[in-house]
Parts: sequence; structure tokens; C-alpha cells
Amino acid sequence: MTARTLYDKIWDDHLVDRADDGTCLLYIDRHLVHEVTSPQAFEGLRMTNRKVRAPEKTIAVPDHNVPTTLDRANAATMTEDSRIQVAALDKNAKDFGIHYYPVSDVRQGIVHIVGPEQGWTLPGMTVVCGDSHTATHGAFGSLAHGIGTSEVEHVLATQTLFQRKAKNMKVEITGSLRPGVTAKDITLSVIGETGTAGGTGYVIEYCGQAIRELSMEGRMTVCNMAIEGGARAGVIAPDDKTYAYCMGRPHAPKGAAWEAAVAYWKTLFSDEGAHWDKIVTLKGEDIAPVVTWGTSPEDVLPITGIVPNPADFTGGKVEAVQRSLDYMGLTPGQKLSDIAIDTVFIGSCTNGRIEDLRAAAAILKGKKKKDGLRAMVVPGSGLVRAQAEEEGLAQIFIDAGFEWRLAGCSMCLAMNPDQLAPGERCAATSNRNFEGRQGRGGRTHLLSPAMAAAAALTGRLTDVREMM
Amino acid sequence: MTPFTTLTGVAAPMPLVNIDTDMIIPKQFLKTIARTGLGKNLFDEMRYNLDGTEIADFVLNQPAYRNAELIIAGDNFGCGSSREHAPWALLDFGIRCVIATSFADIFYNNCFKNGILPIVMPQEVVDVLMADAKRGENARQTVDLVAQTVTTSDGQTFPFEVDAHRKHCLLNGLDDIGLTLEKVSAIDSFETKNAVSRPWA
Ligand code: SF4
Repeated sequence: MTARTLYDKIWDDHLVDRADDGTCLLYIDRHLVHEVTSPQAFEGLRMTNRKVRAPEKTIAVPDHNVPTTLDRANAATMTEDSRIQVAALDKNAKDFGIHYYPVSDVRQGIVHIVGPEQGWTLPGMTVVCGDSHTATHGAFGSLAHGIGTSEVEHVLATQTLFQRKAKNMKVEITGSLRPGVTAKDITLSVIGETGTAGGTGYVIEYCGQAIRELSMEGRMTVCNMAIEGGARAGVIAPDDKTYAYCMGRPHAPKGAAWEAAVAYWKTLFSDEGAHWDKIVTLKGEDIAPVVTWGTSPEDVLPITGIVPNPADFTGGKVEAVQRSLDYMGLTPGQKLSDIAIDTVFIGSCTNGRIEDLRAAAAILKGKKKKDGLRAMVVPGSGLVRAQAEEEGLAQIFIDAGFEWRLAGCSMCLAMNPDQLAPGERCAATSNRNFEGRQGRGGRTHLLSPAMAAAAALTGRLTDVREMM
Repeated sequence: MTPFTTLTGVAAPMPLVNIDTDMIIPKQFLKTIARTGLGKNLFDEMRYNLDGTEIADFVLNQPAYRNAELIIAGDNFGCGSSREHAPWALLDFGIRCVIATSFADIFYNNCFKNGILPIVMPQEVVDVLMADAKRGENARQTVDLVAQTVTTSDGQTFPFEVDAHRKHCLLNGLDDIGLTLEKVSAIDSFETKNAVSRPWA
């Protein structure tokens, strides 16, 4: 047997059919569904009289549109079109008999947080969702990627997907991270290194000591942003931490089935001598807490840096950087730590898990946010929220002057009422700093939860290491 | 799906890298349960002022490009979210072909499902097409999917690559689901085998 990568192994175990031209039909183990990218797909099924082939492998939860304010049970908190979209999901879940966590369920939350939390996501699986951050689930050593609505319909109808095999890329983070540096800094630094198109055509496997040392939450943060690096998916080989996380979750196997599953999961690693089409190595010690300064996730620098000059770039990037700086209202040479912010957003499928809230609360404990600044924490799921309340984190946030919200995507993409005003500047733990992402004209700086908390205290982008 | 064979039309030059899906169709327009009607909001924030009036400079607002059917752009076109609303909006506006030096994976895929042909060309070729496109509405470019060529208004022809399966589906307007359901017995036997080897999955 030739040496294979983890991706090769998962691929091989899900291959249903391979056409002569190399087009493959891949079996899908888990299909996650949310309200924004699915209505047209269910409508397509109805129009063609097709059913959901494997409803027991299909899980739906509304997250993108739902208000995160405490009064959201009141229908008036939603716009008419949002209400229609959520109602369509309610109806589709019922009509097609798929698993569903409605807004009123404590388990409701961002689809990529709910999947792992409920034990739907397990090592060695193929997981898809009509959302690009499906890459998150790769943290379990599953092959997980985003798909479009036509493909959502295809998976609903056939439980398979047409795919061409991607190339293998290894991203190794050697050594250990320094204090104040987190999974978010790893993933942003990798994108800073490779560019947002650096991963195009690849599946990335993240490995190395610094990755091994991350918790499952941290690994999900790293894989979550594989898509920002252009990769189809990011994977991390499962290990004891992975099994420990999965064990006992509602939909994880139990008893003898658990033993059999673990025995299989232990075969999921890249063999010695496996072929890599591209290798990127970063030293864990060299990674600093970073922030983005522009409107692409590759526009990333250590917080100790300065706003760059467009003239220092080449090719199409010169105009892009100039455009970014105009949009962001920044001047070359300005210190990043001098940039004043108006809003702090802690949440999203990148950083809305319990560990993220703990990291932010550790910085905020006993302190108050800067006067006049808007700050909100949006837990990634109802269960994360409940746990944070139990651990006393919620109170720390409230005492620090943060709004303590209900679960949803919220200001990550601002489809619900949580939006930036034109020119408003936000320190955000989410994953995209595109123009208008958090509201038209809004300016986004991506950073880790601890860095976001530090920024809330000073009212400017701040090196969290000064507060530790 | 409408088949795609050949196309001759006006090409809108968009010499920008990383044109992302939030630019193509901002999220406030994703709250629809239909596939059509998104064309009027294509590139909404680049195209309209806050009061809804048009931004005259924006390429698709210029008289020469209001009926563009092709877009010529820089690296990494379509990066960002998986929203199929991006190709739906392009299609609804009338764009049937995007030519760029590279595309984001999911967007590239989504185009084919909607009868849009994304073409990857090397920088030198994109430079020629861009210059041609900048000449305005008389500079009509031709894309021939059968022959796999793009021809500028002054007759320079460049070949391009496209996956054979995707080409076949696009030429014939074929629906993937129908094709897959022809292989339903392979799916059945995979599931039977899987129930033994990975019963928890
Ligand atoms: S939190 Fe943001 S990135 Fe994640 S699924 Fe929601 S909108 Fe997408």
C-alpha cells in the first residue's frame, strides 16, 4: 500500500464511483443545513418530487438570521424576510423529517458549533454544509467543506457529492505558542503567510507540536479559517483529545460501537512518506498576537506593527491595498496599537466557544470596558451560553459592560439587526473583514478573543500581552 | 439549466483582485427564498449610493457596460462565502462568463451549476482581454465552449482549459442530480458496505 495522507484515507473510504475523466462521487456522512442557503434546495426537491435520501444524517438549525437579543421570542424582532426564511426552515425540517434545533431549543446555535457539540461531527467523516466555514469540522479529522445551494440539493437527494480530488498541503506549526498567543493568531498568521488564494485547490492538514497542544476548541478555530486561506478544507488528525471531546456526546457511538469507532479513528493519520504537494512551516515561537488592518484576511500583522504602505506591494495588490486603506480610514505608518475602535464583537463560529469566552473573561475580570464603546458577547450556542453562565463568565462580561446575548451568527455577517454603522470601527473575533461584511461602510479588525477583550478595555487595538 | 455553447457580448473590465462574494451580493439580499431577482443588487454597495442613486463611475453603471455579459477580473474572483446567490445575481444581471487569473473554489463550482462559465487565463491573456474590454461596447468578445477559446474584438484567439465533465453538463444544460441518480445502485451498495465497516457514521 502506498503511503497516504489523512485526506487521501478519508477520500478513499467515501468513494462511491469514479468516472473515467476523474470525476468522483463521494458519500456524505453528515449534512448540516441552515436557513439561508437551503430554501431553494428544498424547493427544488418539491418541484421534482424527490425526498431527502438520508434524513437521519441531515441536521438543520437556524443561525444566520436569528436575532440574538433577549427578546427574540417576540416575532417583531425579526424583519419580514428573515421571518420567512426561518419559517421556511421550520417547515422544511418538518416536511422532510430531518433533525432540527429550532430557535426555541437551548441546543440552537451556529451550525458549526452545534454539529460538534451534539456529537454529529466525528473523526473520519465527510461533512458538508451550505456555508463556507464548514471547514471548522476538520478539527476532528473529518473532511468538511462548504457547498453551494445546488450542491445542498444534490446532497439532500443523493447523499453524495461530485468532487475532484484536491491536492495535499501540509501546514506545520512547530514548537509551542508563547503566552498571549492563541489558535486565532495561528490561523491568521498562516493566511498572512500564504495569502487568501494560497490554499486554492488544496486540502490543508495542520500538524506540528503547537497544533497538538491546542484544545479541540482551538483546533476548530484553526480549521474554521482554512477557507479564508482559499483551501477547500482543513484537517487535523484525531488523537486522545479528539476522542475525549466526542465521548458521551448525544450522537456519538456508545459501548462496543464506540470501541470499534476509536479503533478505526486510530488509523486516521498521514503515513510516513506520504506525498505533499505543498508544505508551509511556521515556528510557534515566532507567532505574535495579530490583527488585520485591511479588507482581506491576508492583511494581517503583529499588533506591534504599523499600517503598511501600498507602494510596498506588487501587482494587483497595490490598488487593492490602497482601496483597503481608504475604506478602513487608515494611513501608512500609523501604529496598529494606536487605532481607536468603537465596537467589540466576541462570537462567531470562529471564536464563539466556551474556551474563547474564558479567554476573554480572564482579561476582563474585575474591569470595565472603555466608556462609550459598544461591546457584545454572542455565545456560539445555547449550551455554550448556559455553561458560561454556570462558570460565572457571563457575570464578568456583564460587569465589564458587555451585552450578553443569545446564540447566533450575529455581527459576524450582520444579516440580523446586529450591524456596524458606516465608518464604525470594530474589533471582531469573527473571520471576515471584507468591505461591508459587518454592515455597509463598517470597518473590521479581526483578532483573538483575548485581544478583543484587551481592546474593549483601552478603546484601541491593544497588545494583550501588556495586560497579562 | 440553460445550456452554454457560445457567447458574444460586451465584457466589463474589473481590474481588482479578491472580488469577494460580499461585494458581488451583500448579505442583506440573501434573505430570499427564490433564485431570481438578484440582478438589480449585483455589486450593490459598489453600484449604488446609500440613497439608492447610481454611482456613475462603477463599471456596470457606465452606458457602455450596462448590458455586459462577461466580466474580466483579477486574482481570486469569488472568494468568501459559499452563497450561490453570487452566481444567481450575476446570471440574473445577464453575466454568463467570468474570466480571471484565478477563482475561489466554491464560487467556481457554483458557476457551473448555474450555466455560468468561469475561465481561468494566465495574467498575460487577462491583460489583453482587460485592455480590449476597456475599449467599451464595440469591443465584443466571443467565448466558444466547444472549441474552448476566447476571441477578442480584434480577432486574437486564446485557448482555455475546462474539466470535461463540467463542459459536457454545461453544453447540454444537464442537471447533476439526474446524472447521479443513474448511479443509485452504486450508492445503495456503498451504504450497505458502510453499515458494516463504519456503523456509527
Ligand atoms: S458565524 Fe459567521 S462565518 Fe460562522 S456560520 Fe455564521 S455567518 Fe458564517
